[in-house]
Amino acid sequence: MSTLEIKNLHVEVETEEGAKEILRGVNLTIKSGEVHAIMGPNGSGKSTLAYAIAGHPKYTVTDGEVLLDGENILELSVDERARAGLFLAMQYPVEVPGVSVANFLRTAKTAIDGEAPKLRTWTKEVNEALGRMTLDSSFAHRSVNEGFSGGEKKRHEIAQLEILNPKFAVLDETDSGLDIDALRVVSEGVNRYSAQGDRGVLLITHYTRILQYIKPDYVHVFVAGRLVETGTRELADQLEAEGYDKFINAAV
Amino acid sequence: MTATINENVSSALELGHVESHLHPKPSFDLADHPVPTGFEEIWRFTPLARFKGLLDGSASDAKLTRTEELPAGVTLSTITREEAKALGGIAPLDRAAALAVEYAPDVTWIQITGELDAPARIKLVGDSADEQTWAHVVVSVAPFAKATLLLDYSGSTKLGAQVTYLIGDGAQLDAISLADWNNDSIHAAQNSLSIGRDATLRFFEFTLGGDIVRSSTNIDYQGPGASADLFGVYFADAGQHLEHRLFVDHTAPKTRSNVAYKGALQGQDAHTVWVGNVLIRKIAQGIETFEQNDNLVLSDGARADSIPNLEIETGDIADAGHGSTTGRFDDQHLFYLQSRGIDEREARRLVVHGFFNDIIRRIGVPDLVERLQTAIEAELANVENLEAVTSR
Repeated sequence: MSTLEIKNLHVEVETEEGAKEILRGVNLTIKSGEVHAIMGPNGSGKSTLAYAIAGHPKYTVTDGEVLLDGENILELSVDERARAGLFLAMQYPVEVPGVSVANFLRTAKTAIDGEAPKLRTWTKEVNEALGRMTLDSSFAHRSVNEGFSGGEKKRHEIAQLEILNPKFAVLDETDSGLDIDALRVVSEGVNRYSAQGDRGVLLITHYTRILQYIKPDYVHVFVAGRLVETGTRELADQLEAEGYDKFINAAV
Repeated sequence: MTATINENVSSALELGHVESHLHPKPSFDLADHPVPTGFEEIWRFTPLARFKGLLDGSASDAKLTRTEELPAGVTLSTITREEAKALGGIAPLDRAAALAVEYAPDVTWIQITGELDAPARIKLVGDSADEQTWAHVVVSVAPFAKATLLLDYSGSTKLGAQVTYLIGDGAQLDAISLADWNNDSIHAAQNSLSIGRDATLRFFEFTLGGDIVRSSTNIDYQGPGASADLFGVYFADAGQHLEHRLFVDHTAPKTRSNVAYKGALQGQDAHTVWVGNVLIRKIAQGIETFEQNDNLVLSDGARADSIPNLEIETGDIADAGHGSTTGRFDDQHLFYLQSRGIDEREARRLVVHGFFNDIIRRIGVPDLVERLQTAIEAELANVENLEAVTSR
């Protein structure tokens, strides 16, 4: 049983006009076994929340804590956070030329587990994880994300999620840009991961479409750098029908 | 056709010498290549004081020690300077190459006549960086022959070398030049490659060691349909000067060139120079050319010069372009790898490997791929404080 607690998180980014506060006091607790969806309009800071948790150097935390089982992970480097059990599926996965998917996955798995994966079963495990994401085994020999279509990049992220099997997964708009078939494949991967029962998911999305496939326990509305409303699945239906206007107006 | 008409056609198409700083006059005559002052365009980056004997030295009997592994279809013999000149090819384009031709005690002639079933490997080892050495090699590839040829340089040397390739019509050549010198070596190399009609050349150049290595590679096309890929990898450590100059002279229509050189630098006064010159002549209609140079600066105190030049004399080109990048690690690459649990040092190592692997994987000679990857690994092990290098 693990807990990810975000407490009073304030985050700035450097802009041409100087530092700009994007997150203005985020509070959220996720327990393993739970799926939380964060929904919000463009520019509300949803992705900043994802990157700040993962430790992207562009974002500066000015106040607050992110506790993973009581340990403040904001004091850890990016790789230490991942080894502590955190995973970020990125909205725009990065292309790394010349580094094969196979080599990348083996290096990551070794780092996360603290030991090299068993040679005998490893290739099969990778190919199966790719296969479940409808990526054929030739992807293992391609450079990480290089020349992948948008959908292939997202499916590759979820294949990594299944292989690395972290305690908590933050999915940053994994659904954006996916066609309906890819959306189903990706959702099934996330559901398999969370069906283990002892894993937590923070699903960040702009659209309610993915919630037809991934059933969140909690839905949060994120506006202007904070959570402004928390509810259950019905809140998503309300957002679908009415949009964010009510919350945006209230937040201003 | 009379000689006069020939001359007129030739001058209209500008197939003779073109007055351009991109194109020094090819000549065997030493008088055409005066001792440089360092202000000349082609010499302005080279530390001449450290390079001296290669520009004003005298004849020497010293030779590199040669061992070879030649599959059926390759023969090796020794010929005279005059016999070598009579074979043709691009004459020396700078003084170091002209001296190599003038002073080399003899000429090694490699003839490739068939389709080789294994790479031809020639190992050339120097035993002293104090002894002035000159080398002149001619490689003749028969029409429709197919070969991979490795010139594998190592040891310590002070070498001026001219390597001339004559690639017959329809032939396919992978030529690999590997400079794995000890760190006291000085090497002035000129590789001149003439490509026959419909022939395909892939030229690979790997420069890993040496105090100063200055390599000039020149291409011309003997007929339409000829294609050249030029790939290079270099890694400069503290105090090393590694200079690669390319001159692709599109002398025939419907020809193709593609240049991709990648370098890394680390340590105080590590200096790399890459100059990629492409000349598209009037006659060279419908050609395609692209050149790219990327440099990864791994520490403070290093300097990378990168200069792509494109000179176009025809309006009818299928495609022409170039690009150059010089920078430190890409934060996004490191963040992505680290977000998967890979520590920073290992992430940097992966990125550098990936950067070079892009070129190395193309060689298609498995033991050589492995050797180069190991060599890159060894270079990286030398990088002090890889962790401390930051792009912020």
